Amino acid sequence: MKTITHVIQDPMGLHARPAGLLAKAAAACEGCSFSLTFKEQTVDAKRIMGLMKLGAKQGDTLTITCAGENEDAAAASMESFLKDNL
Amino acid sequence: MIQGTGLPVFPGVAIGPAFVHETAKLELPTAWGSAAEERQRFTDAKAQAQAQLQTLLEETAARLGQEHAMILDVQIMMLDDLDYVEAIEARIDGGDSAAHAVQETGEEFAEVFASMDDEYMKARSTDVRDVSRRVVEILCGFSSAMTMDVPGVLLAEDLTPSETVQLPKDKILAFVTRKGSANSHTAILARTMGIPSLVAADVDLSAIQPGDTVIVDGFTGQCYIRPDEATLAEMTAKQTEAQAAKEALEAYRGKETRTAKGRKVKLYTNIGSPDDVELVLKNDGEGVGLLRSEFLYLGRDTYPTEEELYTAYRQVVEGLQGRPVIVRTLDIGADKQADYFQLDAEENPALGLRGVRLCLSRPELFRTQLRAIYRASAHGPVSMMFPMIASLWEVQEVKALCQTIREELTAEGVAIGDVPLGVMIETPAAAVISDTLAREVDFFSVGTNDLTQYTLAADRQNSALGRYCDPKHPALLWLLQRIADSAHAAGIWCGICGELAADASMTNTLMTMGYDELSVSPAQVLKIRKAISESEVVSQ
Repeated sequence: MKTITHVIQDPMGLHARPAGLLAKAAAACEGCSFSLTFKEQTVDAKRIMGLMKLGAKQGDTLTITCAGENEDAAAASMESFLKDNL
Repeated sequence: MIQGTGLPVFPGVAIGPAFVHETAKLELPTAWGSAAEERQRFTDAKAQAQAQLQTLLEETAARLGQEHAMILDVQIMMLDDLDYVEAIEARIDGGDSAAHAVQETGEEFAEVFASMDDEYMKARSTDVRDVSRRVVEILCGFSSAMTMDVPGVLLAEDLTPSETVQLPKDKILAFVTRKGSANSHTAILARTMGIPSLVAADVDLSAIQPGDTVIVDGFTGQCYIRPDEATLAEMTAKQTEAQAAKEALEAYRGKETRTAKGRKVKLYTNIGSPDDVELVLKNDGEGVGLLRSEFLYLGRDTYPTEEELYTAYRQVVEGLQGRPVIVRTLDIGADKQADYFQLDAEENPALGLRGVRLCLSRPELFRTQLRAIYRASAHGPVSMMFPMIASLWEVQEVKALCQTIREELTAEGVAIGDVPLGVMIETPAAAVISDTLAREVDFFSVGTNDLTQYTLAADRQNSALGRYCDPKHPALLWLLQRIADSAHAAGIWCGICGELAADASMTNTLMTMGYDELSVSPAQVLKIRKAISESEVVSQ
């Protein structure tokens, strides 16, 4: 299990477009599961509606736990995805 | 056979299958299969919905850019969302039909978004509803008119301006709308496309099945649904005959536009997007007398950039291959806007913050457009005109702004052409002070639709006021004569770009008044060239 955190930089917060891209990026790692926690709510990062429903805004901290095959590589690619897109 | 009557907006006969565009409540099925069967139906419908969205996405990306297509991509992903899919399947397993399950789940998810304390996320409930509706429509065998796989007749309660920009125009044989008037957006679109259409039609849409044969008679205003054999035969013959008459107009193709006595008249066209340039060329228009700018602003979520505007205008200028184009600056008001404009609702939008008034109140919006138009003028003959002018000071402010922008671009080393400036005469005030305005500008173009509505105090969108909205009212004819006289006294030219220009029974009157230019829908060019050729006006 590997945990990373990210502070949202996007002024719009975790809105539809990055939520979609995030869900796609998470779904691309088939052998790995990603759970995303924000304000005591935990959702599956592969599910766009759950991500959008969090209503996370700029400056909020997201905690992502990934578990499964190649979790180190998966966590690293998730980290760079978040940096580039959110 | 069902029969209905409406107000015809373009002559001709169309025969084809019905596509009903309805935002009314869907009729959900009353009987359905086992849970396994319904799960399969849902899976299939979901795949079909995603395929439709993918097509729409590609079209949108090509037309408006990747950024705008993104929301469709989000919709595609919503359909794959496991929370959503599992909720639907749980309902199906609990005994619901696939259609009920999608409808209820969509509503439930939409409610969650709607209750969020974030305006942006609240608005996403629309996407959830929209995408769920798409699936339910497929499950109900309901044909959404926005995707037409074969050519057909589009029947609708009404169509909004943003809906009309998304229509698959190459597939539409005719429009029939229950609401609207001769000047509603659907009617104008029908004339631009040159297809027989009816507005204010008394047709019961719920009695029409998708695919039913529909005949639209754009001469009489009749329409027939599931016609009997005799009617079908009669109307097919009428269609053939109309086609032949249209071909007779072909004799006027490629001819100069002159009155019988030899006076040369400019015969231009009214268009609404770069796609329409093809229609101008196809119908032998001599130029564009009215390029509406609204298409660049409607049907999107953010303001267009200068670069986007420039690209679109340049596309029109280059497409016209040296023919002149007159760009009308943004003519938007509270009744015709995109959400991002955030215009306050108005009690009386026709008399509100619209046209040049809106542009003067938002200098940045106006500047961006003016810069784009000036930059496009480097590629061919471009003129510019301003809508909704009522006072001299408006013209002076606009001219000063244009001058500033010219100087700015020149200082930046950007190539620009000589751009003649004109005003739309569409308020009674502008017509009355046309002698003063004529000394300020290079040309006039009369917008007879608005001039009629404002002069006669009769709302052009209200179908109940049809006979009050008479563009041949003596008051209008008096103003038209005054406008032409004012223009000529100041040595400038004047034209008409309203619907009156396309009324062949008025051509002789307009030629006698001295109008120098008529601008009509591309499909009307040959008809009006014939009317001008037959008008008995002495050479001036």
